Amino acid sequence: MTTDMLFWLFAALVCGGALGVVVTQNVVRMAFWLILSLGSVSALFFLLHADFLGAAQLLIYVGGTVVLLVFGVMLTASGPYMQIKTSAADGLLGACVGGLLLLVLVSTISAMDWSQLHPAGAESIAFTERPEGNTIRPLGLAFLGLRPDRPGDGFSVKPAPGYLLPFEIVSVHLLVVLVGAAYLARAKRRTHASDDSLSA
Amino acid sequence: MESVGLNAYLFVGAVLFVCGIVCMAIKRNGIGVLMGVELVLNGANLNFVAFAHYTPLGLDGQVIALFVIVLAAAEAAVALAIALNFYNNHLTIDVDRGNELQG
Repeated sequence: MTTDMLFWLFAALVCGGALGVVVTQNVVRMAFWLILSLGSVSALFFLLHADFLGAAQLLIYVGGTVVLLVFGVMLTASGPYMQIKTSAADGLLGACVGGLLLLVLVSTISAMDWSQLHPAGAESIAFTERPEGNTIRPLGLAFLGLRPDRPGDGFSVKPAPGYLLPFEIVSVHLLVVLVGAAYLARAKRRTHASDDSLSA
Repeated sequence: MESVGLNAYLFVGAVLFVCGIVCMAIKRNGIGVLMGVELVLNGANLNFVAFAHYTPLGLDGQVIALFVIVLAAAEAAVALAIALNFYNNHLTIDVDRGNELQG
């Protein structure tokens, strides 16, 4: 039951952090609530025995993306239009639409019978082969195109697909995107600096 | 007492998704809109990992979740560069003032 208690604790933290991001008007406090919510999501990953994914979530999101966003806040939080508030009408409308959307999602999830996802006869296999943590080696082998966690059974000749090609595509994509982001952020900064010196 | 199952994780993912959608819709600060996008992607990620644990999807869900994390980092970098450009041109980050392209 300790696992259940931990789940409810972190689920409450995730939902509370997400609500805090929506409700708060101050951008820096929004970043704080975002850190709380994303960190609790990584705790939920650990509870789901996805240990490498939880660590990656902590490192990349909480350590990288949120720091990037905070730098964005610092670089854009000055000037004549610093106070940007959501109007009450927009907030009310958003709350109504969000509540209705949440109602639709929750009713759909409740009405669905997820046990149909288990193919007939394979249920016992699925429950005995549930991943039990220590996922670093299977994940690395899957990225290299090998699937020792999913050996071909007697019925299918082809083994489960690996992820070597998507891994290479994502690597090149990340490199190109980061070079492009650096170029975008630098070129305009320089013209802005020259404008500044001219006006000053 | 019934143990925590797949549905509980899906409910948490749904709350994250709805909060992200509302955040994207009502925030006038561009950085706030980016935070809404991060919330939506995290809701999807939570669903992937929950399905990986509770169904025969297995390790594939975790692999897809890793791809989502990497693409979200790339998206945040580019969107932040665009936001900085917008700020340099308009001296504000208010997305309501980016209306030059309206007809």
